[in-house]
Amino acid sequence: MSFRTAPARRAAAAVVAATALALTVAACGGTTKKSTDDAANSSGPKSSASANPSAATKKGLTVAYLPKQVNNPYFTISDTGGKKAVEALGEKYKEVGTSSGTDTAGQVSYVNTLTQQQVSAIAVSAQDPGALCTALNQARKNGVKVVTYDSDTNASCRDLFVSQASSEDLGRTEVQLMAKQIGNKGQIAILSAAQTATNQNTWIGFMKDELKKPEYKDIQLVKVAYGNDDAQTSFQQTQGLLQQYPNLKGIISPTTVGIKAAAQYLSGSRYKGKVQLTGLGTPNDMRAYVNNGTVQAFELWDPAKLGALAGYAAVALASGQITGASGQTFTAGDLGSFTVGQDSVVVLGKPTVFDKSNIGQFNF
Amino acid sequence: MTMTAEQPTPATAPEAPSTTGVLDRVLKVRELAIAVVLVVMLTATQLDNSAFLSQQGIKDLLLNATILVLVAVGQAVVVITRNVDLSVGSVLGISAFAAGDLLHGGGNPVLAVVVAVAVGAAFGVVNGLLVSLGQVPALVVTLGTLYIIRGLDSIWIGSRQITAADLPSGFTSFGHDGIGVVPYLALLTAVVLVAAAYYLRSYRSGRDMYALGSSPEAARLAGVPVRKRILAAYVTCGALAGLAGALYLARFGNVDSGTGNGYELTVVSAVVVGGVAFTGGSGSLYGAALGALLLTSINSVLPSIGVSSVWVQAIDGVLLLLAIAVDRVVALRVAGLLRKRAAQTRSAHHG
Repeated sequence: MSFRTAPARRAAAAVVAATALALTVAACGGTTKKSTDDAANSSGPKSSASANPSAATKKGLTVAYLPKQVNNPYFTISDTGGKKAVEALGEKYKEVGTSSGTDTAGQVSYVNTLTQQQVSAIAVSAQDPGALCTALNQARKNGVKVVTYDSDTNASCRDLFVSQASSEDLGRTEVQLMAKQIGNKGQIAILSAAQTATNQNTWIGFMKDELKKPEYKDIQLVKVAYGNDDAQTSFQQTQGLLQQYPNLKGIISPTTVGIKAAAQYLSGSRYKGKVQLTGLGTPNDMRAYVNNGTVQAFELWDPAKLGALAGYAAVALASGQITGASGQTFTAGDLGSFTVGQDSVVVLGKPTVFDKSNIGQFNF
Repeated sequence: MTMTAEQPTPATAPEAPSTTGVLDRVLKVRELAIAVVLVVMLTATQLDNSAFLSQQGIKDLLLNATILVLVAVGQAVVVITRNVDLSVGSVLGISAFAAGDLLHGGGNPVLAVVVAVAVGAAFGVVNGLLVSLGQVPALVVTLGTLYIIRGLDSIWIGSRQITAADLPSGFTSFGHDGIGVVPYLALLTAVVLVAAAYYLRSYRSGRDMYALGSSPEAARLAGVPVRKRILAAYVTCGALAGLAGALYLARFGNVDSGTGNGYELTVVSAVVVGGVAFTGGSGSLYGAALGALLLTSINSVLPSIGVSSVWVQAIDGVLLLLAIAVDRVVALRVAGLLRKRAAQTRSAHHG
């Protein structure tokens, strides 16, 4: 957002605040549809109410989780973590979502349904940064707090983004892990998801930046390949990398699907143990490959904590303890205290590294 | 269409040997063309990158193709009867999980494969009965079962998944080991392919499938048990999708409720590229297998020569259209040839 538009936005925010007030009154009158229309006529919502950090946590709120994909093991873990956190605070938890990870229209209609049901807050992992915006802003105009987790929307469409780990940490630590495994020397490649995957591309950007440091001068990044988060494609891309670069020393795969496919291929090929593999994976997926020596170490955040933090943040927003402005702090149960950063982003923390010594302690 | 006259119809008995000869040659050319494209492509890649056809490289090529070849062979049988089975991706997914679930609980690997095949065959029975008894277009019926089976899959599996750690190591090593450069999975696939192709070519009931696809009405009048044959085609297709599911598990070591999603389109592409006409009654299982091998090999060739994977789909599409165009031209030529021969025969008789 350029500074030029800032005054206009602030003015708009004031209008919205007034509208929101009017809306609450109108909603009491039961004319939800009309008030929605009124709200739609004003420009973008921006929470301008001031935060009251010492406000009591409201009880009986409903926090709805809308993951990218239901029945996806990763989101089941994160949402279960969210459920525990939300219910521990005495609120109601629910989860809805599409069974496909690319059904953006489906996600939009779930947002609309949740808005109509007047849930207190939505924790959503967006399939697309822009497509959900209209629906989410509609929800916010109707008083629903919107927290994104795992995968963000544009910053103007949500109150808060709970980030799994800062992109910078993820990108840099993956390079550090790889460098350690190959002795700071040799050719490496990256096996990513889709070429358009926002998360992966940001991480890869930081990986490239980390590789510019003098201690990594003997490491060359030769190629970024895209496995489209499909087992067979990831297999073939891995094969292609190994054929194209016979001296390849290591592969970084910043996607859980890619890393397990690459690990499965390496473990059954002559490259096992000779070509190092690291990246983002889940302990359950990777257990066999760590135990059989294909993979030394990989990393990930704890998705259960991510879901929990999203839940705490949603309740804090709905209780008025925070508004999502930079610098505000809130407590997230046993996860501790978190401060809202720039662009209304809350970061969970540094990723956890899994290797032979600790992988047995994790089950997700 | 080209094989319409290849059914041994007594009416044209005197001409049969020579007609069949011409047609046989045409069809062999069709398969040969795919084989030539494949060889040229692989050779060119090898020249560009000498690691491509290394021992590991050949093994990978064969392994990459096995699963698609199996499902494509099953699909080809169904397509030859002028039907289609869109549920193969879902069937593959659910049978892979059935096998994985059994192995996870400490079951016997052989039993797990049998269970996967049985699950696939059971869904084949459902598809076959719906299509043959319901007299509903196969496209619609199997689109329905595609979603139903995927739904069952999601309800049953939920967010569970089978990972490599759940499988006995013997089973996963079966997925990548082999004799020399030939993986076990490829051997198994080759045996299935040869057996199915022999059956379709040399048995009466196999020939019935072609007759059925060429003209369902004529086949019925000629006494072909239509329902039985359609059912058999779907059961074969389902069983092979089930077997492919078990092999998927062995190869990728990972199954969840999304496994095989969208696979049906890849399978149909392989079958069509392999020269099995969608209008039924024409094509061979070897062609379908070659089509599958060609499609998976392209996906191996591109990364190996450093071409971005974004090109893969476009190239697959071009191949598909090319294959259809070639089939159409061949069909027209053969039809012309047959007309000429028929005219000659007639004038010979009159004279």
